Order: sequence, then C-alpha cells, then structure tokens
Amino acid sequence: MAQFRVCPQSGLYFHKSAESLMKANAVAAVVFLLLAGVLALLVTLTRWPTVHLLPADAFYMVLTAHGINALLFWIIFFEMAVLYFASSTLLRSRLATPRWAWLGFWLMIIGAITTNVAIFQGASSVMMTSYVPMPAEPHFYLGLILFAVGALIGCFVFLGTLAVAKGENTYDGSIPLVTFGALTACIIAIFTIASGAIILIPTFLWSVGLISYIDPVMYRIVWWAMGHSSQQINVATHVAIWYAIAAIVFGAKPMSEKVSRGAYLLYILFLQLASAHHILVDPGVSSTWKIFNTSYAMYLAVLASMIHGLTVPGAIEAAQRKKGYTNGIFEWLRKAPWSNPVFSGMFMSLIMFGFLGGITGVVMGTEQINIIIHNTLYVPGHFHATVVAGTTLAFMAITYFLVPVLFRRELILPGLAKWQPYIFSIGIILFTLFMMGAGTMGVSRRHWDMSFADASTILGMTFEYPGTAKLMMGIVGISGVLSIIGGAMYVLIVVGSLLFGKKLEASAGFWQNFGVPLADSCYSPTRPERLGRPPVIEEHGSAGFEAPGTFVLAIVFLVTFVVYYFINWKYLASVWPMS
Amino acid sequence: MNHDTHTSPGTETEPVPAMQQILDNHFLLLFLGIALPTVLYIVWGIMEVVSIPIAK
Ligand code: HEM
Ligand SMILES: [Cu+2]
Repeated sequence: MAQFRVCPQSGLYFHKSAESLMKANAVAAVVFLLLAGVLALLVTLTRWPTVHLLPADAFYMVLTAHGINALLFWIIFFEMAVLYFASSTLLRSRLATPRWAWLGFWLMIIGAITTNVAIFQGASSVMMTSYVPMPAEPHFYLGLILFAVGALIGCFVFLGTLAVAKGENTYDGSIPLVTFGALTACIIAIFTIASGAIILIPTFLWSVGLISYIDPVMYRIVWWAMGHSSQQINVATHVAIWYAIAAIVFGAKPMSEKVSRGAYLLYILFLQLASAHHILVDPGVSSTWKIFNTSYAMYLAVLASMIHGLTVPGAIEAAQRKKGYTNGIFEWLRKAPWSNPVFSGMFMSLIMFGFLGGITGVVMGTEQINIIIHNTLYVPGHFHATVVAGTTLAFMAITYFLVPVLFRRELILPGLAKWQPYIFSIGIILFTLFMMGAGTMGVSRRHWDMSFADASTILGMTFEYPGTAKLMMGIVGISGVLSIIGGAMYVLIVVGSLLFGKKLEASAGFWQNFGVPLADSCYSPTRPERLGRPPVIEEHGSAGFEAPGTFVLAIVFLVTFVVYYFINWKYLASVWPMS
Repeated sequence: MNHDTHTSPGTETEPVPAMQQILDNHFLLLFLGIALPTVLYIVWGIMEVVSIPIAK
C-alpha cells in the first residue's frame, strides 16, 4: 500500500518512496556541485593571468572535470529530483516503479564516479565535448553512457508516474503547469540521451579498438544534438521552478495557462533544433541547414522564452497588486520579499538569464555574427550566464524551500542565506560580462596561457593581446572567486542545515538525508485528497494587461536586445574592413 | 499554496478545446519532440555530410 505524508508547512504530499529518491538525488547533486566548485576555483585561478596557478596538463584535466561535474552531474541529479517532485508530489500520486528509479540512481552514481576516475587518472583531458579524434580512456565514455542510461530510466519513471496518476485519477483536468514544464524537460531529455547514445556508444567502441574511424564532422553534429539539447532540459526545468516559486511565495497564478503551455509547446517543437548554432563555422553542412535550424525555427523557441520571462513576473505583479501594492509602476517589485532567498534567487535568475544569457545567446547564434566570437571566452561567458546565473541559481533558490519541506530541517545561518543569492549574482554578472569582453577581444576559451610564452620561446613567434584583455582577465579571476564564494555559502548552508539544522520532525536524522524514510508514524496509507482546481486553459488572457510594471521591464529588455544586436553587426563590419 | 474556491459552473461538461487535447496528450508531445529534431537537425545534417564527395 502506498504511503504518503503531508508536509504541515506547505500542504504538499510526499509519497514515501518518491521522497527518498528526491532526497538521494538532491544530495548527490550538491556533492557534485561542491566538487565542481573546487575545480572552478582551480580553473579560474589559472586563467587569472597574474596567478596562473596550475601547470598546463593539470589545467586541461581540471577543466574537463569542472565542465562535466557541473554541467552534467550537478544539474542532472538535481533534475531527477525535480522530475520526481513534479510528478509524484504535485500530482499527489505514488511514484511508478521506485525500484527502477533506484537502479537509475545507482547507475548515475557509478557512471559519474567512473568518468571522474578516468579524468583524474590524467589520460582523458578531452574537455566535456570529447571531440574525436582526441582519444579518452574507454571508461571515460563508459561512465557517461552509464550515467545517461540511469537518467533515461528516471525519465521513464516520470512518464510512468504521469500514467499512474492518470490511471488512479489523482487529479482533475490537465496536469499542473509546473508538471507540464517538467514533462517538457523530460521529452527534451529523452531526445538528448538518445542522441548521446548514438554518438557515445560508437565512440566508446572506437576507444577500445572495435571501430576504426569516426568522422569528426559527423561526431560534432550528433554530439551537439546532445550537448545543446541538454541545456534545453535545464531551461525547461528552471522555468518550471520560476513558476513554482511564484506560486509558492506569492500564491501567483499564471497570467494565462494557455499562453504558458503554448510557450512550452514551442520548446518541445523547436528548442532542440538550435543545436546547429554550435556548428555555424563547420564546413560540410550548408547554410540552408544552419540558418533553418538556428533562425527560422529557433526564434520560435526564443519567443517562448520571452513569453515565460514576461508571464512569470507578470503573475507575480498581478498577485502583488491584488495584495494592495498598487502604487506606481514598481511598488509590487520594491515590496517583494527581497530578503527571502527563495524569491531573490529566483528573480535574479530570471533577470540574468534574460538579459545576460538570452540576449547574448541569440546574438551569437546568428551565423554571421558568430564568427566574431567563435571559440573565444565569449562562449563560456554566455553559457555561465545561462547555466549558472539561470539554472544553478534557480536550483539554489528552490533548495531553500525544500530543506524544511522535504528534508524537515530548519535552515541554519538564515542571515547568510539572505545574502547568498546576491553575492553569487554579483560575482556571476561581473564574471560573465568580463569573460565576454575578453572574448570579444579574441581571448580563446580552453586556453592555458594567454601570453603564449611557449610559442615565443620554442617557435620564436610572438603575439600579444591588448592590455585591456589582460585587465579583463584579472577581473574575471576576481569576480570568479567571488561567485565561488557565493556558491560555497550555498553548499555550507545546505549541508550544514541537513546535518545540524533544527529538526522540524523528530525522526529527521542523519540517514534520513540520504533517503531513509522518516518514522512510520509520519506516513499514512490514506490516499491524498484528489487534486482539484483543474487548470482551466482559458480562451482569453485576463482582461487587459494587468501588469504594467512587467510591461515596462519587457520594453527595456527589447530595447537592450535590439541595441546589442546592432552593435554586433556594426562590430562585424569593422572586423572585415572593405576599402 | 492557494486553492481556488470558485469553479465556474458547468466547466465539467464543456467540451475540451482541441489545443488542450493536444497539450494533454503527453505521448503525442513526446513523439513530436523527438521526431522533429531528429528529422530537421540530425537526419538532414547527416545527409548533407554524407553527400560530400570523397576526395580522390
Ligand atoms: C560559480 C562559479 C564558476 C566559475 C567561477 C566558473 C569558472 C569557469 C572557468 C574559468 C571556465 C574556463 C573557461 C575556459 O578557459 O574556456 C569554466 C568552464 C566551464 N564551466 Fe564553469 N564556473 C563556475 C560554475 C559553473 C557551473 C555551475 C557550471 C554548470 C552548471 C559550469 C559549467 C562550465 C562548463 C560546461 C565549462 C566548459 C568546459 C569546457 O570548455 O569543456 N561552471 N568555468
Ligand atoms: Cu547550444
């Protein structure tokens, strides 16, 4: 008989097995974030010209490990927890096949450890993209394959839970919007993992000598179907978390379920095609293919992101105005709970994702402009704005909600928690802006020594970047360290709370953090009350536009976007002077 | 979280709009989300690479 517990604080239902899985996955995520953060520090201190910490070999090894632990292991473990939360808890349903979910979890753990072992043995410093013909050890690929199989199982458990919920009639009407967002993430994840299998299994066979040749262009095309799409899992997930937090903190309802779901549908249909923006300077594929996939189709997905970016603050504004914060255009925002890290983290994630990550992404995804910054530090500048400022910060924000609700512990150091999102954000804003600045001046990504000392001593060639570029890399170093301090604060607060936070439930002990259930008395076999309130997908948005402040924000966004776009075209014109 | 107390009368019996039926059909969405990028990105892209003439 399925057992459920009701969280007295939030009213959320937790199915016993699903709860354990959410905890195990979330804790694994934070452990890998900690590892990734230590590695980020080493990478950053090496790219900071005056420090230049690591020797070249170690730099490339550590950079490979940083990318993989942060982008794959931290993010995807956390996403598994979100999938189980969005299906089981939000639909008030038992989780389908918890045993399979545990198998998936252990495969992911074994895979992650295997790949890390391969990297730190030193002969797999191939960066997370592992482009052929650069060889890594077989167990590097094998670990990634095991990890992916585990994640795929998690996706099927999610879909299975949707089916169980429907079959057992746990909800009325359509699934809630947050669950719909998780479904979008799950669908994109299945495509991502399938593409990964198509490319990584042959590459594994190549590394053990069973296949003699893999075409590099082919590799890049299929690898990026995985590499890019996996970023879109993150986008779909963190947008779902934005909606969830707006509902949790403000009781905000989406301005229009129909519009928000329509935007998610655009994600499902078009977001993955943008994978082609990684291939924009590759020979071998036509401009028709490149431009179709990165422009016509992809702009529909960008439109979807702008819709989400508009409707989430719009919903918050509407909820705040209903509470009486109606003065002027921005009282609703000024009077928002800025000292609650659940809100501040989420809101800054939204703003930074749009202004820093979104705008630069669209601009650099334009075929002609891409050539200016291809393979420069502009690229990691852009994606730290999406995956760190956007996704990671959103995940951090929801964690502050989950520690009491899911883990039944009070947060320790609430004063520190209040500051954490700000320190992290200030660090990341400067870090990404100055990386992009250095990239615009040509400083390469994935490069150990921007002074090219070896080239001059060995080959007698000299090349020097402008002094500004070096200065910018210094600022990248300092602001990178600041953001890492912000990240360390998060890890400290979360780990500290799980270990030493005041118990909100007497049986929430040490092992309960890793998935051991609470005392039997917390759970009951009675089925949760059926989830009512069918999200009516109404025919019209609410009458008029009830969020003038959000409208102003949107206009500011569009103007920034247009200006930045034209600056880049102007800049392109000066890269190739015509006389 | 807030619960809406007023449900407009008759929502149960109204026909479900076509768009909502599509959005509620999760396996249709799964199919579309995989088929579209597979055809437009992977298959089309690989066909272009395969059709590059081999150097002599
Ligand atoms: C918060 C502090 C962080 C700092 C200071 C930081 C710093 C850096 C630096 C300096 C690089 C090297 C750029 C280069 O030389 O090409 C890098 C690469 C990278 N980072 Fe981070 N990072 C942070 C967090 C993250 C997070 C949270 C993620 C993912 C969720 C992430 C994902 C990556 C990836 C994928 C790469 C590229 C690796 C490659 O080129 O193969 N980083 N990071
Ligand atoms: Cu991409």
